[in-house]
Amino acid sequence: MLEPFMVRALMAGLGLAIIAAPLGCFVVWQRMAYFGETVAQAGLIGVALGLALQMNVTLGVMLIAIVIACLLLWFSRQKFVALDSILGLLHHAALAAGVIAISMIRGPSVDVVGFLFGDVFAITREDLMWIFAGGAVVLAVVAWLWQPLLRIAVHEELAAAEGVDRGRVRTVFTILLAVMIAIAMKIVGFLLVMAFLVVPAVAARPLTGTPERMVVLTALIAAGSVLAGLWLSATVDSPGGPSIVIVMSVVAGVSLTMAALKRP
Amino acid sequence: MGDREGRLSPGAEEAHSHSHVQGQELSCSLDARPKSVPPFDPNALISARGLGISRGGRDLLVDVDLDIREREIVTLIGPNGAGKTTLVRVLLGLEHPDCGKVWRRKDLRVGYVPQRFDIDSVIPMTVTRFLRLGGHEAPECVTKILAEVDASYTHDQQLAELSGGELQRIVLARALLRTPNLLVLDEPVQGVDYSGEAELYNLIGHLRDVHGFGVLLVSHDLHIVMAKSDRVICLNRHVCCSGVPETVAQHPAYVRLFGAEEARALAVYRHHHDHSHDIAGHMHPAGEGAGEDSDPQGGSRA
Repeated sequence: MLEPFMVRALMAGLGLAIIAAPLGCFVVWQRMAYFGETVAQAGLIGVALGLALQMNVTLGVMLIAIVIACLLLWFSRQKFVALDSILGLLHHAALAAGVIAISMIRGPSVDVVGFLFGDVFAITREDLMWIFAGGAVVLAVVAWLWQPLLRIAVHEELAAAEGVDRGRVRTVFTILLAVMIAIAMKIVGFLLVMAFLVVPAVAARPLTGTPERMVVLTALIAAGSVLAGLWLSATVDSPGGPSIVIVMSVVAGVSLTMAALKRP
Repeated sequence: MGDREGRLSPGAEEAHSHSHVQGQELSCSLDARPKSVPPFDPNALISARGLGISRGGRDLLVDVDLDIREREIVTLIGPNGAGKTTLVRVLLGLEHPDCGKVWRRKDLRVGYVPQRFDIDSVIPMTVTRFLRLGGHEAPECVTKILAEVDASYTHDQQLAELSGGELQRIVLARALLRTPNLLVLDEPVQGVDYSGEAELYNLIGHLRDVHGFGVLLVSHDLHIVMAKSDRVICLNRHVCCSGVPETVAQHPAYVRLFGAEEARALAVYRHHHDHSHDIAGHMHPAGEGAGEDSDPQGGSRA
């Protein structure tokens, strides 16, 4: 029989695999991997905020993620410096500010490493509730906005000319990303959350011909990686989150290698 | 037979004529303009008055009026940087003008074929899936439209695998699926030779006759336009002149130049400007280096 902590780890990991699949595909399609990375690393500030104000840490992370995303959009309005440089700036600024903020929290010391890499085996029932409730909301909104999101990903100008409200769709997507980061924090941590989104989608891309099939395959690859990663972790006693990420990375590597070999 | 550029593109000292030379001094508000400004055309599909837009201290459009009526083919020409794409974006509502107004008929449905359609191979998408994206068309409709634009064979191909010309016809098919009453094409013949240009113009003309929509066609060629154009508008931040193109199909010299098939689809537009633009884009009255007709070769050819 599986230990209860293992059952919770499996439920959390598999749940996250399904929730992350559609968002991960959009992050890959819209080239937003580094954008998400920057927003995720600001999560530590959110943790500090939550602890300082004695409110829910998950809510604090969501709030800060949205603030950082808005800041990114605001800075990219100027045309002197490209977006990747702004991401480079905010990415490190957010991490530095987060570590400082955490160190200044009084009271019991906070496990920074736990937030950076997550601890899938320490998932509680309450965490599970957050994952499934948040995940249901994320999936419902993605299903609702599927067509407009896809049209913007294919050709933004054409979608806008055809009447898609790109400002609204982009805003909603950014909020979804923030929610996703907050619910994934306990499982894989801020440093690895974007891997959970991006890597299975990268692995699925060369093997699929329609966007919907890519999402389904992304979810399957992520779920398979969760199972294999947790087995690996239980067998060789490696940390859970990083084990899952390394499995999906190997799958992505194989998939890309096969795609590269097909090209003469 | 000279090459295309040498014979047909305008001279460096290209002259434009103009009746409202004071246009730039006009106040930037619709209400402050003289009473002679015509009201929105009630028969038009889309009607623009006094459009002005500037970015970074540079005027992109100055006091532009434009009407497109039902079943009318309007060709918009002008040199690079003349604001053609900006005007299209304002008409489509993608950009807000600093002054002036756009009036759209209530039932206006626009089919849009953007200037460059760079499809990203990062997103998997078949032609049929793309055509049905965001709409509720039956598969038979998609098949029929694909046949109409001569691209049935692309049915199951990935968008990223198509050539530029094929992709353009697919985007045109997508625009047609929306059953538009106005079709907007931004430089659809860029980088295409005259026979490809003639072929596309024939297709657009045919589609207009079948579906009865109005067409706004942007072209970077200042002199050779679609023969079926009901009106040609020459834009260089302001409307320099507008008129009807001259059919060339009967003229042996053009038939030799383009080929018989192409000469039927193409026509020559002669500019009648009374001012010129210097290299910085400022207007000058005519007589400074260029004659009434801006096309130096035009007279000798026709």
